Amino acid sequence: MLRVDITKQLGEFKLSAAFASEGRVTGLFGASGSGKTSLINMIAGLLRPDRGSIVIDGDTLEDTADGIHVPTWRRRIGYVFQDARLFPHLNVAQNLDYGRRMNGLAADPAQHKRIIDLLDIGGLLDRRPGKLSGGERQRVALGRALLAKPRLLLLDEPLGALDEGRKLEILPYLVRLRDEAGVPMVYVSHDAAELRQLATQIVMLRDGQVTAFGGVKVLTSGA
Amino acid sequence: MFEISPTEWTAILLSLRVAVIATLVATPFGIALAWALARHEFWGKSVLDAAVHLPLVLPPVVTGYLLLLTFGKKGLVGGFLADYLGIVFAFRWTGAALACGIMSFPLLVRPIRLSIEAIDRRLEQAAETLGAAPWRVFFTVTLPLALPGVLAGMVLGFAKAIGEFGATITFVSNIPGETQTISSAIYSLIQTPDGDSAAMRLVIISIVIAMAALIASEWFARRATQRLHGN
Repeated sequence: MLRVDITKQLGEFKLSAAFASEGRVTGLFGASGSGKTSLINMIAGLLRPDRGSIVIDGDTLEDTADGIHVPTWRRRIGYVFQDARLFPHLNVAQNLDYGRRMNGLAADPAQHKRIIDLLDIGGLLDRRPGKLSGGERQRVALGRALLAKPRLLLLDEPLGALDEGRKLEILPYLVRLRDEAGVPMVYVSHDAAELRQLATQIVMLRDGQVTAFGGVKVLTSGA
Repeated sequence: MFEISPTEWTAILLSLRVAVIATLVATPFGIALAWALARHEFWGKSVLDAAVHLPLVLPPVVTGYLLLLTFGKKGLVGGFLADYLGIVFAFRWTGAALACGIMSFPLLVRPIRLSIEAIDRRLEQAAETLGAAPWRVFFTVTLPLALPGVLAGMVLGFAKAIGEFGATITFVSNIPGETQTISSAIYSLIQTPDGDSAAMRLVIISIVIAMAALIASEWFARRATQRLHGN
């Protein structure tokens, strides 16, 4: 359960969003500039709202009224960026292991193997990020976020930087993650078709306001 | 012609010791300062930035004299260190290392600062979302990515330290075996009637050390670029 109720002034732009989502995949839908990325940056703790609160499963991460701001590194929220952001000085195996090390988690070979198999990245482990294709990089970024055992996974247009062919390559992995990884996700996209395949609930954003909320059918009812 | 005398050896080894110690001690301070200048806005930043570069533009004799006033036996800091901690800089090789460290500091800081500025801060954000507290982000992402710049800065600082003359001779004089580095040995030799060939040997050694440092620095800079592109 994710409950968000925030406002934030960003220059001329005002973001004001409130929703509560129970779905496995909450799709955050809107055109570019509608405030999607700012919104999930606030969920991740990378951006602080001017006012409001963010609560996950009864755990308050942000509450301006009570002065609560849990820093990003203590939130246990995974984040897959549009541009993978793999660490260039580490190979794939070290990138994958980073979150476990930073959170001081015990090694979990079973989960490690499951995620590597799920994403089909077993053959890439010795490589440096510079030697990966865009699609491979994004799969490794997904694995890296999941292996930190987050309680929520944020995905910011993870297919946005990929061409059509690569998108079709990654989509099935995302569907498998939704069905098998057991981590709730917030999936940001401006592509309705993508969200129809993945999301279980939709939050529609326009000009910093939530304009619709509900099942995937809100995508068709004319936005 | 190329037989190095014991006095020359003493000067060479002393220069190396002074430059190595100066560089190793200055590096942590250089990294901290480069990071502060690259990543933070604070009151007095431009003054601090100028102060770091001051040894580069001040006449070395001025820096040496200021060191003498501050760290000499009767100096404010020097007196305290000598009385309470037993650390003496004046007319000792440690003073030469201090002078060299300060004179080479701007050259040490600059490449480190540039390499920290070149790091994509979004990688540091990614590290935070993976559970790394800010100090761990620094040690696991920022510093490793800046490492080639740190090494380049150390090489340049070392090269500058080994060639330092003006501030060193002003601060700690020119005592063979204690404060006579390659530079001050050359200075003494060219003032003695038969010193020419000995001076020339030390000149050649200086050139070799400086060239090696510049080539090494270039090599580290290339590595830095490769590293940031993930190859």
